[in-house]
Amino acid sequence: MKNDRFLNLAIRYGFLVLLAILIVFFSLSASGFATPRSAVFILQSVAITGILALGVTCTLVVDGFDLSIGSVATSALMLSAYSMVILEHSAVVAVLLCLAMGALVGLINGLLIVKFRVPDLLATLGMMFLLIGLQRIPTQGNSIATGMRLSDGSAAEGTFSAAFLWLGRHRFDFFLERLVPVPVVVFLLIAVAIWVFLELTRHGRLMYAIGSNERAASLVGANVNRYKIVAYMISGVTASIGGILLAARLGRGDIASGNNLLLDSVAAALIGFAVLGAARANAFGTAIGALFVGILLQGLTMMNAPYYTQDFVKGVILVAALVFTFYLSARRGASGKTSTNTK
Amino acid sequence: MRKLVCQLQGINKSFGQNHVLRGVDFSLFAGEIVVLMGANGAGKSTLVKLICGYHTLDDGSMALDGEPYQPADPASAIAAGVVTVHQSINDGVIPDLDISTNLMLDQLTKPRAGLWVRDGRLRKDAQAVAQSMGITTDVRTRVADLGVADRQMIAIARAMARAPKVLILDEPTSSLSAAEAERLFSLLDTLRQQGVAILYISHRMSDVRRVADRIVCMRDGAISGVFADQPLDYDGAVTAMLGHSIQETGIELASAGKPVLALKELCIEPDSTPIDFTANEGEIVAITGLLGSGKSRLADILFGIKPPGAGEMFLDNQPYQPNTCAQAVEAGVFMSPKDRSSNAVVPEFSIANNMSLPFLNMFCRWGILSSRLQKSASDQMIDELGIVCQSANDDINTLSGGNQQKVIVGRWLLKPCRVLLLDEPFQGVDIGARRDIGRRIRETSDNRATIVFVSETDEALEIADRILVLHESRVVGEHVNQQINMDALVEQVSGAQVTPSVATSS
Repeated sequence: MKNDRFLNLAIRYGFLVLLAILIVFFSLSASGFATPRSAVFILQSVAITGILALGVTCTLVVDGFDLSIGSVATSALMLSAYSMVILEHSAVVAVLLCLAMGALVGLINGLLIVKFRVPDLLATLGMMFLLIGLQRIPTQGNSIATGMRLSDGSAAEGTFSAAFLWLGRHRFDFFLERLVPVPVVVFLLIAVAIWVFLELTRHGRLMYAIGSNERAASLVGANVNRYKIVAYMISGVTASIGGILLAARLGRGDIASGNNLLLDSVAAALIGFAVLGAARANAFGTAIGALFVGILLQGLTMMNAPYYTQDFVKGVILVAALVFTFYLSARRGASGKTSTNTK
Repeated sequence: MRKLVCQLQGINKSFGQNHVLRGVDFSLFAGEIVVLMGANGAGKSTLVKLICGYHTLDDGSMALDGEPYQPADPASAIAAGVVTVHQSINDGVIPDLDISTNLMLDQLTKPRAGLWVRDGRLRKDAQAVAQSMGITTDVRTRVADLGVADRQMIAIARAMARAPKVLILDEPTSSLSAAEAERLFSLLDTLRQQGVAILYISHRMSDVRRVADRIVCMRDGAISGVFADQPLDYDGAVTAMLGHSIQETGIELASAGKPVLALKELCIEPDSTPIDFTANEGEIVAITGLLGSGKSRLADILFGIKPPGAGEMFLDNQPYQPNTCAQAVEAGVFMSPKDRSSNAVVPEFSIANNMSLPFLNMFCRWGILSSRLQKSASDQMIDELGIVCQSANDDINTLSGGNQQKVIVGRWLLKPCRVLLLDEPFQGVDIGARRDIGRRIRETSDNRATIVFVSETDEALEIADRILVLHESRVVGEHVNQQINMDALVEQVSGAQVTPSVATSS
């Protein structure tokens, strides 16, 4: 009995306690870790992956998966650059184009999965390849930068507008001057919005129901297909927001950036399963998962761990979190049952 | 004297507090087909799972060929010569591989099987097995390209490749046409001659008539009747399966109000006989019939899951043609589906969330769900239905089957409706919970029409004002629930009044 209670506590708060221990450890052993600037740096480093992870969380909630988020983000990056530098659009038009592109990709993913019955992993994998290829076609595989040479020999006239770059580079004053960058604010806003949507509205509740027992949800009159499509559209739009912020930070349409986005954000969402013992996708967990990775990498970097160990560290956290979720929570589920179901 | 192959004595099995098998004695002889009949929850699948090694028994003994037999797992049951073909055919075959590999899978999984697959030899061996079973299809055909009957044959052929002493078939004809079933039956005839002891599980009377040498009926975890004397007493078997001991439940017939739901010339299947039927306000109608009688399909039609074969439906005199469940709910037709674990329960949710699932917008304030409102509504329903739990925030999985069912039925009592459909509301529910649910349904039935779909006659008698009997998608009997002629009812349920030629052409 006592063991059970300990196990329950461990499952619920274990990951948060681990996070607290990490923070204390790094604060003590790495000078400069426990400062506002360092905290903001961590937030900034995880903002874009976090935003993508929040989108993929929505698809995980309906028992789906979106592998195309990384390529949606890089497509948005290239599209915004193309739109401003070559088509000479304003920042507003570029942003709207990218958001529309994200929504459209999500819609197509959703339709492939719901109407054409393509399994989610395969549909979004296909979409990933398609987008990786597509984003290279307009520029013949080149990156886009202000003043770049076009195929007809002339130089591109457009520029990244200041308003657009503001999205990636401006820092709000917050106690300290120029402290909080825009992407961090966007990340926090999206995190709260997705959390409210999933946890507090009936739509979110129905999406969880669909993820847990799709047939039961459809038999109470929920429009399962529509909710699934909406989940993929949310995922597409958040991924395109991530891409816009990345473009604004880089100030160029860099074809090679964003390679790690998919894996990092999926990892954050999966680590989120372990937070508070939820054992399922949830917005709070995803945000914490992203922070966890950020804090660990920042701390290790400040303690002079070489950069090439980063992916290994992420992998270790992910595997640990998954064991936490699937092994421990399953044990809790088994011991918590008071009656056995005969079926 | 026939040879005794398998003998079970005093078998007991419980799951938690649920006593599923109570002292079952049972034997199988070589060269005999025994049909095991029993309604849902009678314990027949548990019995089968004991014999084929999925469960271990609590008490009692099993013997095979006179030796004690205690399979630890399905593999050791198979090794001992007890082979089972499960109801779901696709569990028995691997669709992406060809017939020969499917037939020879056991050779490949043997501990000392070689590393290399020799396709030529595999095919030759498979060919031999196939021929002995009368399978003429090229053994290189992929199983996915075969029809259901052929797959069933493959599954059985694979079972036969192990030279079993006992062959168990669980509802083997549930997805076969009459002609395909006939192929299976002639195969069974051959096996019987070869001296295999066959246990055949089915409720289909046409199957039972065709294959049975002996009928064993189960009810509430015990053998309720054994019929061995030729000619077999089929009606007696149905009575033993459905149960005769019907208590006076003291139904006070409701005075039926105005018609709420009317079916006009409705065909359940495209080619079935049309049904005319009216359900009135304040009335509870039970629709009963065996598996495959069309009652589940009728429930699905009324709830907009499946389209009717033909005909019209009217709700309060307005045409009613739901295309989706959402439209049905919108129109005020609610349904609690059968098989709650796959169709109704959301396993990760609490009681309150499960209960309020259809009407979440009733519990929203400015678009935000209020768990307080959800909880207070659920608490009230927990009281009214007598759900045994700590609180409405308990996980649904902590509840027993009966209490889970109460939650699922309570879900649809949260809001008044015009028609309440309950498909097998008492499936896997203990007697106490069954009474609670029935009482609450009768208490609340005044302002709606209620239709209950049940395969157990008892349950119909316990709850309904009026009972309709379906057989092969048509109405074969209608009874007001007072001094019912039980013999007539049971005959109608079993289709005994239907001529055999009609009964087999399903």
